[in-house]
Amino acid sequence: MSASRRLLIVGGIALALLGMTYGVWYAVFAEHQELDGIGRSLTTSFSAAARIDSTAASVALEEYKDLKYAYDRHVDVHGHWIGLAMILIVLGIGLDRVSFGEQPKLILAAALLVGSFLFPLGVLLQTLSRGPMPRVLAVAGSGLVIASLAGMTVGFVRGQKP
Amino acid sequence: MRGRAETFVPLSARRLLVLGGIGLILVGMLVGDIFAVFVLHQNAAKVGASLSAAAHAAVAGDRNAVAVSFQSVGSFLENRGTKVDTHVHMIAFGYLALMLAILQPWVALREGTRKKVAWIFLFGSWLLPVGVFLIHYVGLAHSPLTTIGWASIFADLGGVVVIVATVGYLLGIMRYLRERQGVPTQDRLLEDRSDAGRILIAGGLSLVLLGFLHGAYYAAMDLYNQEALDAGLLNYVAAAASSRHLTQVEQGLGLYGQLAGKKAVNIAAHAHAIEFGLLAMLLAFFQPYVSLREQWKRTWAWVLLAGSLGLPVFVLLELKLGLIAGGIADVGGLLVIIALLAMWIGIVRYTGEIDAAVRPAGGGRG
Repeated sequence: MSASRRLLIVGGIALALLGMTYGVWYAVFAEHQELDGIGRSLTTSFSAAARIDSTAASVALEEYKDLKYAYDRHVDVHGHWIGLAMILIVLGIGLDRVSFGEQPKLILAAALLVGSFLFPLGVLLQTLSRGPMPRVLAVAGSGLVIASLAGMTVGFVRGQKP
Repeated sequence: MRGRAETFVPLSARRLLVLGGIGLILVGMLVGDIFAVFVLHQNAAKVGASLSAAAHAAVAGDRNAVAVSFQSVGSFLENRGTKVDTHVHMIAFGYLALMLAILQPWVALREGTRKKVAWIFLFGSWLLPVGVFLIHYVGLAHSPLTTIGWASIFADLGGVVVIVATVGYLLGIMRYLRERQGVPTQDRLLEDRSDAGRILIAGGLSLVLLGFLHGAYYAAMDLYNQEALDAGLLNYVAAAASSRHLTQVEQGLGLYGQLAGKKAVNIAAHAHAIEFGLLAMLLAFFQPYVSLREQWKRTWAWVLLAGSLGLPVFVLLELKLGLIAGGIADVGGLLVIIALLAMWIGIVRYTGEIDAAVRPAGGGRG
């Protein structure tokens, strides 16, 4: 097994395990609590509106906004880590159909693996910090994924020619 | 050390994973189609109606009615969320099963062990979605915990079982890498360059790339604005309810509904393009096991790709074209299901020509 293929397959399985383990942790320790919080904050805000307390309504909706922001990202991280892991594994299996030498394949494989790990990690870190760094990490990671995927597509299309 | 050949005898680990995996994907897609046609829109309407009832109750100053309306919203959202999760997890586990099937030649475990791990994997893959589906109906009945019910506990157990099985195969692959480095592995699946396989892998990779580009565009141009608008519109509705302005409440709720629709179609288009692309790429590897004429294999490959492209494109167009686009998107999903079923039948029909060709050379164990 070539180094690039090994990197994609072993890295992909490890990423899938990370995504699943994270999903189990999230389902047990965070998801229900976040969903309850979202429902509670919405009820509080509209109850406050019913008693003409617009300040309390606003405060409760701020809580809703924060919880929804975190919930959407937690779910996205789980889905993207596992989805990207699957793409890594499939590309690893079919890598001999990509018509590049081992060195470019290794670079593309490494970029895809690093991007696939960093992009959801950046999204996850956005739940801890609203600063620019997590967004930069997510954008850089997704950029690596798209660029390496485009490279693989070019190599693959070249390999398709009889 | 001699190279070994991977075979596809009845009830081998690979066959179990392939047929079980495609079965999971088929059932997951059918659940998704049934959900889309009979539950999704009705559920969205109920959520909207409950949210509207909550806002109207706030305008009327009725706090009890607000609480009751949001309980309904929570219940409808849980109903929707668990059905989406059932659909998504069945398909995702099906994909994982297909990938593990392809990887079998690199799993350095005895066939008996690999077969047991395959059964364990399939057991967990069914337990999780069935458990998730039941969460809405079982609730917290007889649960020892305050926030998690029995259905959720069994769903989580299913997830753990899948992880254990996947780790088992991963250990087998690590063992292969440690002990059999450089030993050639015969696998006709990976050597196949048939037309159907090439159509599926090229089309699938293009779909994945399109899905990623759309996702990146959506994240850059719309995601953060829509998130801000979501909370902003709810704030607007709550403030209008506070000041008893019914017309503004109605206006805010209308805009909130439109926003929810925009988010839903973008996410669905992104997810389905990538998932169908991945499915096409995975199925490309199994074309040698599809026991149909080459012409039919090519036809089903094109049907699968047409449906895979049609569904996300027309889901996106739903905002402009309405129900007509939604109907065409559903037909796209149906085309994928039909093509997948045809390939599954072809694999069931397979009687082992490839294995017969490989076995004398490799002397592999089944």
